[in-house]
Amino acid sequence: MIIAGRQFSSRLIIGTGKYRSYEEMRSAHEASGAQMVTVAVRRVPLDRSSESFLDYLSPALQILPNTAGCYTADDAVRTARLAREALQTDLVKLEVIGDQTTLFPDNEQTLEAARILVKEGFVVLPYFNDDLIMARKLLDAGCAAIMPLAAPIGSGLGVQNPANLRIMREQLPDATMIVDAGVGTASDAAIAMELGADGVLMNTAIAEATDPAKMATAMKLAIEAGRLAYVAGRMPKRLYASASSPLTGVIR
Amino acid sequence: MRVHVNGDSTEVTGGTTLADLITQLDLPAPRIAIELNREVVRRSDWGSTMLKDEDRIEIVHFVGGGKN
Repeated sequence: MIIAGRQFSSRLIIGTGKYRSYEEMRSAHEASGAQMVTVAVRRVPLDRSSESFLDYLSPALQILPNTAGCYTADDAVRTARLAREALQTDLVKLEVIGDQTTLFPDNEQTLEAARILVKEGFVVLPYFNDDLIMARKLLDAGCAAIMPLAAPIGSGLGVQNPANLRIMREQLPDATMIVDAGVGTASDAAIAMELGADGVLMNTAIAEATDPAKMATAMKLAIEAGRLAYVAGRMPKRLYASASSPLTGVIR
Repeated sequence: MRVHVNGDSTEVTGGTTLADLITQLDLPAPRIAIELNREVVRRSDWGSTMLKDEDRIEIVHFVGGGKN
């Protein structure tokens, strides 16, 4: 998977939220084989000395700061700038949320923020609705990848609109497309990959599994399997049977 | 004079720099970033940035997160 000229051998990007413990997170990260993890930017609590969460992440991991929790382009841009200053990375996962119940993205604010951040030299990875026209606008704005949702964040519903992802893949063959949000289990990730995604980003599906490390392994394998199936090119679907054995020479 | 740090008002003496503030608050300096009146202040400038009355300061760090 290539993002802004950088090669990642793993097609899985995972979050760092919702784990029951840092140890559980670390073992899930290891099992997943992911090379990139997302982190959120928040105010430092001033009333207690807080140890740095980043110390619990393997130094080998590429950290991808996100703008989770932002509801305006302005807040997202400020958050991205702070993250860049602290982490010295130009990567940012852009999220501008439009609604608290669905956590659906505000595409208009997302595009506005993307344009500003690209101009400032960020490598922008935007979360957005699975919409081809919006994907085109984000790519035209200079985003390094497109990250359409599969389903609402944290819902675990899996890919709700496979046609949209397929259309996006067919119409934007050169874009790096990472399905972001809504995956619930391994088959969901495999389906996203079979539709032509270059990668999948997930958090809750692993963190809320009964055994996150096992689910992380399952996701890793599903993404590899789904990718192989996509590259292999699946057989056409038929309504009726088609025998695999020769029809001639059957004993009578 | 009074400044606002992460939304809370706090009294600081005149001549306090951003670097002084971070030391006073005992924050893990390598893992944080600071915004002063909505503009990021680079780490290299913390020591030379004098606080003024009614400054608004945001100090952030990183937490576990996927999305939301």
